[in-house]
Amino acid sequence: MERIALEFDAAMPARGRSLAGVVGSGDLEVLMEANTSARTVVNITTSVDGFRNVWEAVLTRMLGQGDLPAVRIEINDFGATPGVVRMRIAQAFEALAATPGV
Amino acid sequence: MDAQDLLHRTSFIELGARSRARQLLDDGSFRELIDPFERMVSPWLARQGIVAQADDGVVVAKGTLGGQPAVVLAIEGAFQGGSVGEVSAAKIAGALELAAQDNRKGVPTRALIVFETGGVRLQEANLGLAGIAEIHAGIVDLRRYQPVVGIAAGTVGCYGGMSIAAGLCSYLIVTRETRIGLNGPAVIEQEAGVAEFDSRDRPLIWSLTGGEQRYRTGLADVLVEDDVEQIRSEAIDCFRKGRPPACRSECVSRYLHRLAQFDPAAQVTAEQVARIYGEGFEP
Repeated sequence: MERIALEFDAAMPARGRSLAGVVGSGDLEVLMEANTSARTVVNITTSVDGFRNVWEAVLTRMLGQGDLPAVRIEINDFGATPGVVRMRIAQAFEALAATPGV
Repeated sequence: MDAQDLLHRTSFIELGARSRARQLLDDGSFRELIDPFERMVSPWLARQGIVAQADDGVVVAKGTLGGQPAVVLAIEGAFQGGSVGEVSAAKIAGALELAAQDNRKGVPTRALIVFETGGVRLQEANLGLAGIAEIHAGIVDLRRYQPVVGIAAGTVGCYGGMSIAAGLCSYLIVTRETRIGLNGPAVIEQEAGVAEFDSRDRPLIWSLTGGEQRYRTGLADVLVEDDVEQIRSEAIDCFRKGRPPACRSECVSRYLHRLAQFDPAAQVTAEQVARIYGEGFEP
């Protein structure tokens, strides 16, 4: 098990919170909440050690442009592939947009 | 179920625990207690190098069911095999205790438990087992006031101490896809040998422990298709029927009488079990 923390520039803070996925084989759980500053903070706990650079690359591609709302993201990963990671994070952003102001 | 029905139904089995709870409750009434953002996670998994889930694999949802106050306790089978640890057990047991308290105050809260579980979480051993004992006590207490309805849908099945919890429910709803047993097939094979039980023989496993067989033998009350609407309406029906004249766990001598008719030296067949268990039971 390995813990990884990453930070990115972001747009205005989001509102609300959302959840996607499950800590099951090949999947991950994404908890997304509004952040107070214009930064996005990602805290990852993964069952697979030694993939820090892959996490950095995948998340930089999604969040690196700084145009998404500022959120705190907690990821509990159980061996998801980069494609699943991207889909779950996108799903959480979509659910966040659908339920503002919770 | 024909092809058209298959296309139009919503599968219950394919849903995660949270969606199952949401679908079972009346539209718009779902309200989660101790939700994932409260982060009441297992304190034991991380120190054993295992990634925890924010809700510890149990969804506690309050709402209404058929217009009556209800709590749904849904176990997430994809997280650690739906295993029940200290926190997840406490969530279920606590909700059952509060439902019983509601009833003592005149609020007819009923409980619906969605079993998708391999039983106790081995990493939490005795704490999980103690928690499961509390769940058993909670069911027995609450079922004096309101039926406690269990659903075993699949595909994990319902095993270990939680199969006892399923057995304690006033009514148990099963699909053909699920399996219910105290020990799983692999455990039986490991302990008693492949001649006793071949854990790779899927027809054998389902013929003896599958949902349909459990229904035929009176160990489950309702056999349903994998269909959200049907499962929901059968659950509402069970609550409408009220408390059964006697729960299965109150008929121990009947079961001992049946067990005494088996020869432990010979391999039992599904037909033989159905015949012996079928006596005197309304299927």
